[in-house]
Formats: sequence, C-alpha cells, structure tokens
Amino acid sequence: MFAVRIHGRGGQGVVTAAELLSLAAFTEGLEAQAFPSFGSERMGAPVVAFCRIDTEPIRLREPITEPDALVIQDPTLLHHVEVFGGLREDGCVLINSTRSIEQLGLSELTERHRPQRLASVPASELARTRLGRPIPNAALLGALAAQTGIVSLAALTSAINDRFTGATAQGNAAAATDGFLHIEEPAHA
Amino acid sequence: MRRQLEGSQAVAQTVARCRPQVVSAYPITPQTHIVEGISRLVRSGKLTGCEFVNVESEFAACSVAIGASAAGARTYTATASQGLLYMAEALFNASGLGLPIVMTVANRALGAPINIWNDHSDAMALRDCGWIQLYAADNQEAVDLHVQAYRIAEELSLPVMVCMDGFVLTHAFEPLEVPTQEQVDAFLPVFEPRQLLDPDEPMTIGAMVGPEAFTEVRYLAHAKHIHALDTITQTAEDFRERFGRASGGLLESHHTAEAETVVVALGSVLGTVVEVVDELREQGVSIGALAVKSYRPFPAQELSLALRAAKRVVVLERALAVGAGGIVSADVRNALWQHPIDVHTVIAGLGGRAITRKSLRTLLDSAAGGTLGELEFLDLRREIVERQLQPIEAGERPGPHAESILRELGAVRAEPV
Amino acid sequence: MSKQDGRFYQTGTFAVGGRLLQEDQRAVQSDPGRSNAITMGHRACQGCGEALGARYALDAALRATDGRLIAANATGCLEVFSTPFPESSWQLPWIHSLFANAPAVASGVAAALRAKGRENIRVVGQGGDGGTVDIGLACLSGMFERGDDVLYICYDNQGYMNTGVQRSAATPPAARTATTEPLGFHPGNSFGQGKSAPLIAMAHEIPYVATATVADLRDLEAKVTRAMGFHGPRYLHVLVPCPLGWGSATAETILIARLAKESGLFPVFEAVDGRITSVACIRRQVPVSEYLRRQKRFAHLFDGEGRPDVVERLQALAERNIERFALTAPAEAGEEHTDVDIGLLDPLAVSERGPA
Repeated sequence: MFAVRIHGRGGQGVVTAAELLSLAAFTEGLEAQAFPSFGSERMGAPVVAFCRIDTEPIRLREPITEPDALVIQDPTLLHHVEVFGGLREDGCVLINSTRSIEQLGLSELTERHRPQRLASVPASELARTRLGRPIPNAALLGALAAQTGIVSLAALTSAINDRFTGATAQGNAAAATDGFLHIEEPAHA
Repeated sequence: MRRQLEGSQAVAQTVARCRPQVVSAYPITPQTHIVEGISRLVRSGKLTGCEFVNVESEFAACSVAIGASAAGARTYTATASQGLLYMAEALFNASGLGLPIVMTVANRALGAPINIWNDHSDAMALRDCGWIQLYAADNQEAVDLHVQAYRIAEELSLPVMVCMDGFVLTHAFEPLEVPTQEQVDAFLPVFEPRQLLDPDEPMTIGAMVGPEAFTEVRYLAHAKHIHALDTITQTAEDFRERFGRASGGLLESHHTAEAETVVVALGSVLGTVVEVVDELREQGVSIGALAVKSYRPFPAQELSLALRAAKRVVVLERALAVGAGGIVSADVRNALWQHPIDVHTVIAGLGGRAITRKSLRTLLDSAAGGTLGELEFLDLRREIVERQLQPIEAGERPGPHAESILRELGAVRAEPV
Repeated sequence: MSKQDGRFYQTGTFAVGGRLLQEDQRAVQSDPGRSNAITMGHRACQGCGEALGARYALDAALRATDGRLIAANATGCLEVFSTPFPESSWQLPWIHSLFANAPAVASGVAAALRAKGRENIRVVGQGGDGGTVDIGLACLSGMFERGDDVLYICYDNQGYMNTGVQRSAATPPAARTATTEPLGFHPGNSFGQGKSAPLIAMAHEIPYVATATVADLRDLEAKVTRAMGFHGPRYLHVLVPCPLGWGSATAETILIARLAKESGLFPVFEAVDGRITSVACIRRQVPVSEYLRRQKRFAHLFDGEGRPDVVERLQALAERNIERFALTAPAEAGEEHTDVDIGLLDPLAVSERGPA
C-alpha cells in the first residue's frame, strides 16, 4: 500500500490531483482509491485529498494519517495547517514553490528525511507557462511520478488525456512532463 | 470492464442503464453529483425516453416521483440529510401507495448543528417510513444495489432506498464495474405497474381508509416487508449468477460462525472493520464481522441464526437515538431475545468523524477483554463534554450545547471585541 | 356543447342548466342520463359550492379532452367527501397523495405521460384554498415555473373547512373562523394584502390564468374548456361558497357566489401570458353589505350597533377591485371587455407613473 496525501486550497485542483493519480495507477493495472477530505465548495479554503495505491483491492476507508508521500500545492499552508502530520520517516515531500526546501525554512525536515525525498517544484510557474493558468496539480504529479516511481509518466499522461481534452489536456500533460523532468533531470530544469 | 470512477458517477451511469422514465432532482450535498451525472446523460442524449424534472424542493422531488410512478413510469430520485427529512411526509405516502420508486440516499448527518458530513442519522430517522432500506458497503455494491433495487421494488410494488455513505462513497474514486446495458436489460424486466392512472381503466388511488380496515392495511404492509426478505435474497442470488459477483442480500458474514465477538455494522465502515477483524484474527482473537445489507425489512431470523454462536455482539452505529441509545442495536437485541448474548452499542463516526483502524483496535480489544460498556461513544472527546457537563451537574441550567462548545473552542466569538 | 351567448337572469343565476332553452340548445347538464366526473352519492354537505364547481370543471375538462384526463387531488374536503371508505365518486383516473403536493404529483403524472409518449392524456391538479395558497404554494409555483402541462384548479372556499373552519391565507378580512374569533377592536380576520393566488399565478407569466365562481357555471365551463386549449401550466381559481364555514343558507350558495362577484369583492377575469385579457363586468353593483349579511361569519359586523367602519373598509376593498380590474363596464352592463391593464406586470408603466 502506498498512501499519498495532497494539501492545497479550493480551486487548485487538489481533488482532481488525487483522482488523476488514482486513474494513472489504475491504468498501470493497480488498485487505487482517491477521495477528498470533504467540505463545502469554496474557493481558497484549505483542502486535503487522499490517494491509496495497492496491488490488492483496497477495503480501508479511513483518511490517510500516515502518508508515504505528501504533496503540498500551496506553500502558504505550511504555516497554517499541520501538513507534515504522520509523515513516515522514509516518506516523500513535494512542495509547490520556486524556493528551495532550505529557503522555505524546512531544514528541520532535511535532518529527518533523505534529501532526495524532499523537493520543491515551481509547479505554478510551470503550469502558467504550459496552461496559461497557475493550476499546479499536473506538474506536481509529474514530479511525484519521478520522485516515487509509483506511477509512470506515461500512465499519468494517459490519465490526463482521459480526464481532459484539447488544449487543457495538452497543457496539463506538458506541465506534468516538466514536473517529471524537474526531479528526474534537475540540471536541465 | 472495470473503470476508475467516482462512486456518484458510477451510480448515475447505472441508474441510467435501468432506463428510468422520470427523474426528479433537487441539489443537496453530498448527493448532488449523482443527479448532475444523470442530467448530463439525459442532455447528451445518452439516456433517452427520460424526463429530467428540476424541482423546487425534496418534498416536490418525492411528490413528482409519486405522480410519475402512479402514471406507470420507472422513477428515480436522490437525496440526503435534511432533504430526506423534508420529503418525510411524501416517503410514507409513496410506500403506502405501493409505488416502486428507487431513491439513493447519500447518507449525511442531521442538524442542528448543521453538518454536511457522513453518518446515518438521515436514513435511520426515516427507517420506518415503509421503504425498503438497503445499505451499500462499498461503491461496487452501491452500483449493483441500484439494479437490484428496481427489480425488488417493481416485483413487490414497494419503494426502495439505496443508502450509500455520503462523501466516503459518493466522492471516492475507485475501480468499478458499471453493468452494461445488455446485462441490465437481461436482469431487469420492463416495468409493468400493478396499478396505473389510465383513462382507459379509470381507478381511484389514495382514497381514505377508516378504522374498519386501517389495521389490516398496516398488517399487510408488514407482511409485504417480511415477504421482501425472500425477494431480496433471491434477487441477490440471481444477480450473483448473472454478474458473477456478490452484492446485496440481507446479511454478509465475515468469519461470523466461529467467532466469540462479532461486530455488526452497516455501510462503508465494513471495509475498515474487516481489515481490523483480520488483523485481530491473525493474533488469535476470536472475532468476526456481520454486515447488515437490508435494514428494512430487518432480517431478524437470519441475524439471530448468524450470531447464535457468539458471546457478544458489538453494534457499530453511525447514528444515535438521543435519549435512548442505539438504533440498530435495539433491532439486534430484539432479534436475539432467545439467546444469551451481550449486545454492546458503539456510536461511531457521527457527522463525518473518521472511524479509524486504530480506534477500532482499541475498541475491539476492550470488547474481547469484556470491559466494553453497554453504550459507548467511539473517540469521544471527553474533555469537551466534561467541561460542558460540570456546570450542569453543579446545578446550572443547561443551554444549547453546540454554541457553548463552539464558544469554548474559540470558533465563535462570545463577546464583541 | 358550446357556450351559450345568451344570459338568463330570471332565476337568480346566470346558469339555468338549459331548462329554459330549446332542447337542441340545452346544456349537457340537463341530460338526465349524463355521467359526471363525480358521481352522485358523495358525502359533501348540502349546498356545497366545491362539489358543484369540481363537477362542472372536471366535466368540462373531460369533454375538452375526450375523456383523456387524469386528476391529482390535494387532501381536503373534496378528497374526503369524494372517497369515503370503501367508495369512490370519481369516474376518471384520480390520485390523492398529500395536502401540499397536488401540483407536484400532477407534474409527475405529466412527466410520465411525456416519457411514455402519451401526451394526448392531459392532467388536472386540484385542491382547496388551504392546499393551494398556503401549504401547496411552493409546489404550485414550481409547477408553474417549470412550464409543466398541468391545469391546476383551486376551489376557494376561503378557509380550512375540512378541519373545522380555520383561517387560511384566502380568508377575507373581518371573516370569523375558528382561529379568528370576532372579538376585540378588529373583529374577525385582520385586514391586509391577503394572498391572491391568481395574481401570483400571473406573475409566473403562465399561458392562462382565470377566476370564476359557481354562480356562472357556463363561464366556468368555458374557462376550463379554454384552459384545455393551452399547453403548459394553467391556473383556474374558482370561488365556491361553503354553507358550513360561511354560515350561509344551503340554498343560497349560487346567490352568494354571485353577490361576491357583483359586489366587486371577487373579480372574475381571464389572463393570457400574464396580461388580463377579459373581465366579467359587474352587471348591477350591490353594496358589500348585501353579500356580507347573508353569512354568519360576518354577523358580528351587523349585530347590535354593528361595525359600519369595518363594513366600510370592505366596501373600499370592493371599490379598489372595481377600479383596479375595471369591473364596471364602459359600454353595456353585463358584457365582458378586454385588455385591462392592472398595472402589475408592466415595469415601464410603473416607472412612468413614478412614486405615488
């Protein structure tokens, strides 16, 4: 079982991110379950979404309290919400920011976690370039694919094309690839 | 073919394949995605021969369904929470008139305090409105139950509520098998109403019945529900044969026969319960789980048979009868009246509080250890309730608790600054 | 049977059942072998205006649809007296569900008929004033707003008569009911704007709205027939005196309905697409007291010294109706005239007039 928790704000595609990840995993022949931390439909409110991926059918329905990977779509949440709660020692963290983990004041994390498992990705900027809108979810999922290998970039692209059409699909797929390369080949990013 | 789908969308697609002729819709969280999905299918021409009626309230949603069903249309609507209560009067009417309406209830808490999250307070409040109530343990079962619901409803001329946990199921994305049109058509015969509003054969529906026969009418309603136990079982068996998977029925046992402690539960918590039960069994604990799939009619005999070897039963309830305690456990106790079995009521997961493996483990440890009380509240935040109860015990007149707690937690400012 | 042009005033009613006409001109009601929507033997009170109004309205609707008609009925007198266990007076397919939901049930029936391709069958919803203007108003408004193909008929007897004469939103000012006792400085029901369901219906700009009384059954039949010529939501509001609740003589139901109209207290009109297209003019205006005196629910206005002040206010209401709906004929008395602007639905007209 691989458990991902995604933090962000309403309107950033947090729930969609969890769904896309589950769809990508499903495309890979895995069992996957995505669900939001449910609330009213409001823009800007903190939102959490979850995704479980496994080789066996998933029966659990509790929220993910001990994630294997954390995706933080909005760095302003770092100071308001307990985003790191329950993160496993070998867990991965991805933060949407143009600043480094150290610059974000998270050096404490680098002491507990292996540095390659902590990364920041300028996902909003990548999305702005590719999509014209700062919706960071696809770029972050691309980065997550590179960082964890839980799904392939191809599966993720397929999920994006399944969910979106036209320019939105193309833009999101390109942003996902950018995010993937940002981790996979940091020198070129 | 399995697809990765949201529970609500899978239900919408399945309902569409049952070929409803009239769908009445009114939005309420967390049900709304379902009727939105059906609306898309109607507008896009994928669901033909269907009138999609946007109504002004849940009361009207059920009333439109009543009229449509009486005029011989296969009818569908969906609701949750306050919406279910708002149609309460029409629910009793629909069952009394014997109209085979199928409705999804995306289970949600009832206010005040207003709460949009999952529990079973809504469906439990209307448990005795004469509808058949089926509870889905997961989204695949929610999908399958809708197909079965139409067959049961139309065979018996009784409305059926398919209860699926709001958000937990309605908003979860999972690999799901939506029955194909061919499969549904083969399983579900064309609707032939037992009574019909038709100028060719005028009939009066809904006339008054006085003391001369009202008791008999109610007796027959009960007899029909008892008969429905067989219909539900047969429908589930036939479904398993045709679709190759088990869904619905009255009860589902998970190592119940040989277990000393059995957890009885309804709905989506079953998955987590079974995970914990399996963990505990591996540690040598004699424990099992029993899912109640059909709550109305209540399969009392079947339940007592399934639990006859148990020493204690823990009924995990997502609703509370304020002033009395457990709701399902009252039925369970009734069913077990001839057996010396301890029945414990555990109120859990109210208003969206997650029921976690960790809490269940602690709970079941204490159940197996014989220290569980008759009525317990899982993960109750004692510090909050005690702070509220202390002044009352000291003689203070109690006020509204919700506001008092919010004030204490700082969510609502008590004094102007 | 087509509407007769002639009017007969001799017998004290506008409708004489055709007894004074040549045989070939008689109304179908005068045929002794005729079968009605509601058969005789129902349990309505003597002189019940609702039983009469419902029979004429539904008979007309049945004729207009060649018998292809389904009725959805709200809880109330009409439902109770027509379906006493174990009998039914209804000769057409008829459903009773609840007090508040008859318009929605009718919508559901209409939706089912559309889905099944049986649009040749038409739908009537009906109820009393309580079930229509009070508890059922949301369902009625929803049915109007969606444009459902339903004729809804409200039989207005101005109160909750089935439960023992309590006040409804259609109870007129000063009327005594079990919940508006004739005591104190403002006896009976209070004065206010009331709730005019026909005007509310017109505000939905539905194809057809009309009012009628059981004093002019030919007019009622004509309006039902006309209503069935439209598709979409239609509303008919019929004044049906209730001898029990109004404290009137059972033989005077028709007379009292006529006085309601002739005094100006109950305007009789038709509206198409939200505009009034014709008004039944007052033939010979009577003072409201002539209408009020015949009803015990207004007796406290005339006992002892009486309450001339209250009667005067009621007269003012009648005068307001007469002016607002132009109920006095410009030309010949007793004739209808058309295109009345009551200044309700033309925002331009309102803004040009400016604040009063």
